[in-house]
Amino acid sequence: MLSAFLDALTLQAGYNAALVSVGATLLGIAGGCAGCFLFLRKRTLVSDAVAHATLPGVCFAFILMVFLGGDGRNLVGLLTGSAVTAGLGLLTVDWITRKTRLSEDAAIGAVLSVFFGLGVVLLTVIQTLSHGKQAGLEGFLLGSTAGMLFQDAVIIAVGGALSTAIILVLRRPMTLVAFDPEYAGATGVPVRLIDLAMMGVVMMVTVVGLKLVGLILIVSSLIIPSVSARFWTDRSDRLLVIAAFTGGLAGYLGTAVSATAPNLPTGPIIVLVNFAFFSISMLLSPKRGVLAAFLRHRKFQADVHLHQGLTSLARGETIREPLTQKMMRRAGYIREDLVATGKGRAAAAKTVLDEARWAKARQIIQDEAIFASYDGLTPIEAVLTRDQIRDIDAALGAPSPLSSPAEG
Amino acid sequence: MGAEFVQLSLTPILIGVLAAIACAIPGNFLLLRKQALIGDAISHVVLPGIVAAFLITGTISTWPMMLGAAGAAVVAVVMIEAIRRLGRIETGAAMGVTFTTLFAAGVLLLEQTDTSSVHLDVEHALYGNLESLIWLSATGWTSLWDPVALADLPPELTRMAVTTLVIALLTAVFWRALKISTFDEGYANSIGILVKTIGFGLVIVSAVAAVAAFDAVGSIIVIAMFICPPATARLMTNQLEHQILWSIFFGAGSAVAGYVLAGYGPLWLGSSNAVSAAGMIATVSGLVLGIACLYAPARSRVTASGN
Repeated sequence: MLSAFLDALTLQAGYNAALVSVGATLLGIAGGCAGCFLFLRKRTLVSDAVAHATLPGVCFAFILMVFLGGDGRNLVGLLTGSAVTAGLGLLTVDWITRKTRLSEDAAIGAVLSVFFGLGVVLLTVIQTLSHGKQAGLEGFLLGSTAGMLFQDAVIIAVGGALSTAIILVLRRPMTLVAFDPEYAGATGVPVRLIDLAMMGVVMMVTVVGLKLVGLILIVSSLIIPSVSARFWTDRSDRLLVIAAFTGGLAGYLGTAVSATAPNLPTGPIIVLVNFAFFSISMLLSPKRGVLAAFLRHRKFQADVHLHQGLTSLARGETIREPLTQKMMRRAGYIREDLVATGKGRAAAAKTVLDEARWAKARQIIQDEAIFASYDGLTPIEAVLTRDQIRDIDAALGAPSPLSSPAEG
Repeated sequence: MGAEFVQLSLTPILIGVLAAIACAIPGNFLLLRKQALIGDAISHVVLPGIVAAFLITGTISTWPMMLGAAGAAVVAVVMIEAIRRLGRIETGAAMGVTFTTLFAAGVLLLEQTDTSSVHLDVEHALYGNLESLIWLSATGWTSLWDPVALADLPPELTRMAVTTLVIALLTAVFWRALKISTFDEGYANSIGILVKTIGFGLVIVSAVAAVAAFDAVGSIIVIAMFICPPATARLMTNQLEHQILWSIFFGAGSAVAGYVLAGYGPLWLGSSNAVSAAGMIATVSGLVLGIACLYAPARSRVTASGN
């Protein structure tokens, strides 16, 4: 099983497997890029409408090709058809949102269910139309990698490269539109055109990825990488790079995992690998991650307890709160019998001095921003400069700051 | 329109109508709360739910599957909320992550288990099998009074009828709380309505509607009926009471028209085979919505704000 995994990773598992692997990686990269601006624009689920709206197009194209005497399974023809109805779906969402008072989510839901419903009707028409010959159209629902041809990989490569190129060229106006459409409009950026271009790119990725991952799961290649990437950066250019990277890696690893056993369909596995990346990002990201937030919370809690404990010490009161006792002991501020250590007395003196400094600072420094950010726990040295503190100490006057609070 | 109609078409039409109503009622509130896509998310996660239920019980029986699907819906809602809060990710993206992942997990589970002996596959989950819910022992309209024949009604019909009734009752009982918390959360809070509970209850009821309808008609109709009839109704009126009635009318109308078109439309065109009723019902509801977008009296934002 491990050797099968390694074979797939190094593209040694056969021609077809290598094609699938390359295709999935490229698709992941393109999807990651295309999804970023969609996510920043808060319109992620439009991609779901686009993806579902491809089904009637595939069926129409098939029927048309059969009527024209063709094979009906020509991939380029089917994908062209899917692009047409996906575009129609997109325009319908746009039209409903602009012309009526329905919100975008209602428009998305309506388009995806109705277009998909029409697609299913056409699928049943095809079943009666030409017995047996329709084989394979169901593959567009969940994707199929079994019969992947060189041509399929080329289509993904070309479509993916084209969509990524468009994103790179338009990334400045797209960033503007994503963050502040009104401002973008005011500075002369054609907001609607940029929005349509954004959606066009999404459509392109959806259409080329249709055969590989299937129309129900293709949205995950657009959505999940950018959401994962968002945890690691606050900059839109890095977001693009990270999303492309995680998307590509998920495609690559996903195909390798699915090559290890017969019952592991590629599309779902890629989605689950993407989700694994997402989970890791959400848990472990240093700034926005759940773990980091938990640690920050614990740190804040400890700070509050220590502050309270030191204030009590300075006033000569006994600490009764068990958690405060525990933390004060751990910090070496008090002994087992709750008597302050030398370190504890010094820290208590410092706490009281800082309180006094802050009170004075409010009188002599005219900067609201500093006091707005003051939470009572940050050491004064972290907020004010040494010169400011000297001025405050001078204003506080004698007796010398280090000895006075310790007596209190 | 005789015995054959009662035997083959009456029960599917009734089930379709009931499913449409059961989904359309909570759909109105979801639409007004801008949560329309919850229906979409729920119907995607029903698949992993029923597969998990099948894996645990080893049988295709109704109740475990309904429970599994409802459980999956709850898992999905909790997961969306967790991603939204813990990761500070906007709702749409959180939904996208959740339902694609759970759906993928469902497909994977399905591939991993041997379900070849039972009727459980992705296509069935998507399209349902409305056409097969026939009433075999009916011999004509008189069967409606025949207890022996009535005992043989498809169980889906009874289940769907009960679900629809329960949903209608719940909506009536909680009407005031639902209405106020939908339009003015702050006011609802201040007069002591448990806004959070009402919101969660609404999602649960939607999940129940989705699961019951899904079992009979597949997930396409479910999504379409959650959104299209309420959206159409929203374009007709500014009054919630009227909107609900309109949505029931449009939902039921689409179900009947869709079924008839799917079953008899191809015959009129000279073909001998029917097309998918579920898909056709969704299509009809979409056409109705399209017409409403063009001509309905309260379609534009100007009408909505101008009094």
